[in-house]
Amino acid sequence: MFSSNARNLIRSSLINRCKSTLVVAEHNNEALNPITLNTISAAKKIGGDVTVLVAGTKCGPASEALAKVEGVAKVLVAENAAFKGFTPESITPLVLAAQSHFKFTHILAGATAFGKNVLPRVASKLDVSPISEIIDVKSEDTFVRTIYAGNAILTLRSTDPVKVITVRGTNFAPAAATGGSGAVEQAPTGDYASQLSEFVSQELTKSDRPELTGAKVIVSGGRGLKSGDNFKLLYDLADKFGAAVGASRAAVDAGYVPNDLQIGQTGKIVAPELYIAVGISGAIQHLAGMKDSKTIVAINKDPEAPIFQVADIGLVADLFKAVPELTGKL
Amino acid sequence: MSRVLVGVKRVVDYAVKVRVKPDKTGVVTEGVKHSMNPFDEIAVEEAIKLKEKKIASEIIAVSVGPTQSQEVIRTALAMGADRGVHVEVSGKDYDLLQPIHVSKILAKLALDEKADLIIVGKQAIDDDSNQTAQMTAAVLDWPQGTFCNKIEKTDAGLNITREIDGGLETIKTKIPAVLSADLRLNTPRYATLPNIMKAKKKPLKKVTPKDLGVDTTPRIEVVSVEEPPVRQAGALVPDVDALVGKLKEGGHI
Repeated sequence: MFSSNARNLIRSSLINRCKSTLVVAEHNNEALNPITLNTISAAKKIGGDVTVLVAGTKCGPASEALAKVEGVAKVLVAENAAFKGFTPESITPLVLAAQSHFKFTHILAGATAFGKNVLPRVASKLDVSPISEIIDVKSEDTFVRTIYAGNAILTLRSTDPVKVITVRGTNFAPAAATGGSGAVEQAPTGDYASQLSEFVSQELTKSDRPELTGAKVIVSGGRGLKSGDNFKLLYDLADKFGAAVGASRAAVDAGYVPNDLQIGQTGKIVAPELYIAVGISGAIQHLAGMKDSKTIVAINKDPEAPIFQVADIGLVADLFKAVPELTGKL
Repeated sequence: MSRVLVGVKRVVDYAVKVRVKPDKTGVVTEGVKHSMNPFDEIAVEEAIKLKEKKIASEIIAVSVGPTQSQEVIRTALAMGADRGVHVEVSGKDYDLLQPIHVSKILAKLALDEKADLIIVGKQAIDDDSNQTAQMTAAVLDWPQGTFCNKIEKTDAGLNITREIDGGLETIKTKIPAVLSADLRLNTPRYATLPNIMKAKKKPLKKVTPKDLGVDTTPRIEVVSVEEPPVRQAGALVPDVDALVGKLKEGGHI
C-alpha cells in the first residue's frame, strides 16, 4: 500500500529534477517577439530549467533582452547567415543539435506562423507527436488545448519521451522582462545552411497601431463594412482607444484589409480587455479567435446575428451611423 | 514535374456546431454531417490548376481514415483528381491517430508513387493541429512551403508566397516539396454532376498502414474532452449613449 505512493513520489521528484525546457525564441533580428515571454511562462509552469535558443542573422538585441527575463537560466545564441528568413529547413537542424547536446524534456515555441512552421518539423525529426497551441499545463506530460474551433477542450497526456509544444500566447501571462540573469552561451555550431529553400522577401503590413495579438483593445470589422475605404470608420474609432484593428475572414476575402488582420480559427487568436465587433455576424470560425476577450461589444444591424450570443454589450444599429456617433462621443 | 499527391481529410462540416459527449471522451460525430476539410478542397483545387497548366501530369488523392473517408476521395476525384488511395484506419486507432502517423503514411506513398509534390491543407478544422505538411516534409527531408497564398513553378523549383503574422513572405524551394494551402490560395471549384458520375469509375486503391510499414501506435491518451466555458449572457443597449455609459461603467473609457 505504502509503496505505490512512495514510488510515485520518488519517481516524480526524479523527473522534477531532470526536467529541462528549451524555448525557441521568436525575433526579427531587431527585437524579441513578445509571445516568447508568454512561452517562457508556460515553460516555467512545466517546471525545471528554462533555456532559450536565439537563432538569426543578428541575435544581439533578442539575446540581451532574454538574459534579463525572470526564470531564464541560459540563453543559447546561434548567429549565422544560414538563418536568414528563419527557414525551418535551417532552424530544425540547429534545434536538433541543441537537443542532442542538452537532452531537453520539453521544446516550446509560441503558436505563431513561425512556431507552427518550425516545431512540427522538429518533432517529426525526433519521432514524437507535437502538441499544438496549448492553453494550459496540467503537469509535465498533460496539456490542455482546444479542438473544433474552440468548441471543445481536449486534455491530453503525451506518452512521447520529448514533448514538442506550441503555446497560445493569450493564455499565459508574459514572464517579467527584468530580474533574470541568464548565462549567454554559444549554441552548438554546425553547418545549418539548407539547400532546400531560400528566403526571398517579405511584404509586411505597416501600421502604427499596437500589434494585434498583444493589444488591450481591438476594433474589428466584417463584411458589414462593405468596402476597404469604410474601414476608416474603424481606424477613427480605434484611435480613440489606442486600439488595434482586426477583421473577419469575410472582410479579408473581400479584399477590404490584408490577411494578417484576420481573427479566428485560422487567423490570429486574441484575448484583449475589450473587443468591439462591428458588422461581424459571429461565425463559429470567427468566435474561435476572440471569445476569450474580457468584454465583447457587438454593433450589428441584425438582431439575430450569433455575435450577440457572446457579446457582453450589444447594440442593434446601422454601423454607418452608430460607429461615427460612438467615435464622436468618446 | 509529374505527380502530385493531395491529402484530404473527412471532417465534421465546418458549419456544424459540435457537441461534446456526456462521458467526456470526445465529440459527437455519429449522425453529424461530414465533408472534406475546407483547406483540403483548396489543396485539391491547386493540384488541378497545376495539371491544367500542364505542370502536373497526374493527381493522386489520399485519405487516411475509416471507410467513409472514401467519400472525400470521390469528391476529390470529381473535382479532377485522377485516382485515389484510401488508407484504412478505423475505430479506436483512428480516434488516436495523429499527424505524426499521417505524415509517415503520406511520405511512404509519395515515395512509392514517385510524387514530386505533396499538397495538403494547412490544418484540419477538427483537431486544428496544423502539423501534417511540416512533418511530412521532415520525414522526406523535402523543403516545406506552409500557409501558401500563391505557388508558381519556376525553372529551378517553386516560388511560394506565404501568409505570415505580419503580412506575406516569399520563399524559393526546390522540388520535390511539401506545401500546405491557406484559405486565400484559390477558390475551389464545385464538382459537376457528370464529373461526380465519372469519378465513380476512377480507380481507388485501398491499403492499410501495415501494408505501408507505418506503425500507428498512439502517442497520446485522451484524458478528457469538455465543453468550453459558457459566456454569461450580455445585454442589448438601446443606443450609442447607453453603450458609452456601459463602457464607462466597465472602466474602458
